[in-house]
Formats: sequence, structure tokens, C-alpha cells
Amino acid sequence: MNAELVRQRAEARTRHSWRHTAVSALGPLTALAGLIWAIVQPYRITLFDPDRHGFWYLAIQPPLLVILAAAVFHFWVVPSLLADLEEAEERSR
Amino acid sequence: MEPPAEVVHWMFGVGFLFLGLCLLAEAIVGRDIWGRRSWRAYLWPSVVFLMGIFMWPVMVFYTSSAIHMLAHGAWAQTMMLAGMAQLGLVRGKLRNSLWELTLPLAFLVSGAAFLIHEPNPWLFSRAAFLHHALGWTGLVGGLICLGRAVRPHSPAFNAGFAFTIMAFAFLLFCDRNVAPIFGHLSPLAGGR
Repeated sequence: MNAELVRQRAEARTRHSWRHTAVSALGPLTALAGLIWAIVQPYRITLFDPDRHGFWYLAIQPPLLVILAAAVFHFWVVPSLLADLEEAEERSR
Repeated sequence: MEPPAEVVHWMFGVGFLFLGLCLLAEAIVGRDIWGRRSWRAYLWPSVVFLMGIFMWPVMVFYTSSAIHMLAHGAWAQTMMLAGMAQLGLVRGKLRNSLWELTLPLAFLVSGAAFLIHEPNPWLFSRAAFLHHALGWTGLVGGLICLGRAVRPHSPAFNAGFAFTIMAFAFLLFCDRNVAPIFGHLSPLAGGR
């Protein structure tokens, strides 16, 4: 009986809600959009041709900035948000 | 060594993108869970306030006419006002929920400023097209924000607000100093 309960709780913990999945996917999907942009418009990646560009165009490359914003969001904002979401969902079960 | 105007637009685009991601996450998990950690509750109002501050140097160094300068000044003021009001509401210093109306006000004033200060038609150049598109996005966003102020826990209004901000980011990333739009570029704007 106890083993059954433990198994059920473990299953509940590993089965993520749609909200958990959606929040986890936001950063990677945004980064993917930035990557696709870089492939579609490679001339936006000025580091491939550094001699032709000045400081600002080398420092600010929009597809890379999109990936950077996605990474900051995914690694800084999302982990604690998922922890709070799991805690709230655990409590409501 | 000022950055070119299009680079400045892209930098604001990154700010709007990060803001949109935060707002979309908030719309998904709900305001209660989002506000469980105080730093997170302060995060997006602070970004709005900061972007309002950064709009001032843009107004000073990048505007070429009085109406252009007034438009940038209006964006700076309304963004700072909305960010400040949201910070006050999160902190609990402001209790009247009418302060929520500063957000739709920022959108409506910003949208109107875009449309009023663009004298050229949609297909004059890419910048003209983006001004019109941003203006109408701002006005629609204002109505969504108004709905969000009335029904703050509505997932539809919260998600709509986040997507409006992301649309701003997308349009800002599309900006170039001089470029055609759908093959159109007026000779007056530098086309042949």
C-alpha cells in the first residue's frame, strides 16, 4: 500500500502540467526563432565579416540579441518560476 | 560615437522582447505565482521604467524635428509613468486600482504619437510603414490593456498584453535606416 502511494506521488511529480511545459518552452522557442533568423539572414551576423563593420554593428547583432534575451530569461527567470509553480500545483493536489 | 538609429531601435527591441517573455510567463502561471518572489514582481515594471529613462537620450540625440522630439518625449514620459505606477502598486505604496490605467494611457498616447508624427503614407519607406504599424499596434494594445485593468486575472487580456509587447519587439527589429517595404521605396526617401 505504501509502495503504491509512493509510486503514484512519483508519477504525479514527473507528469508536468501544460503550464510547466509552456513556461519551459518559451526561452528555447525564442532562441530557435533567433537561430532561424540568423540562418535566413546570415549577413545580420556581422562577426562573419568583421572588417566591413564598425563597433556598433559588431556589438549589436539582432539574431544574437534575440538568443541572448531568450537565454537570460530561460536561465535567470524560469528556474525559480517553475519551482514556485510546482510548489503551488503540489499544494493544490 | 553614437550608435546608428536602427541599432538603437534594435536595442529597444531586445528590451521589449524580454518584457514580452516575462509578461507571457506571468499570463501562463498567473499573477499570484509570478508575484511569489518580490524581485520577480518588480522585474517588468522596472524594465518599463528603465526603457522610459533610456528614451530621453534618444529624444535628445536622434530627433530631427520638433514633432519627432515631442513623440519621443511622450513615449519617455508615459513609459516612466506606467513603470512607476506599476512599481508603486507592486510595493503597496499605491492602493487605488485606477493607477492601472497608466498602462493603457501609455499605449494609447504612444500609438497616437506614432501616427501623428508620421507624415508619409504606409508604403513611403520601411520606417513609415513601421510607424503606422507600431501606431495601430499601440492603439489596439491600449484597448487590451484597458480590458486587463478591468479584469486583471483574465488570461486572454494578460496574454494579449504580452503578445502586443512582443509585436512591438518584432516591429522594432524590422527597422532599418533607409529600406524599401514590400518593394516600395519613395524617391524622396532615397529610392530610385
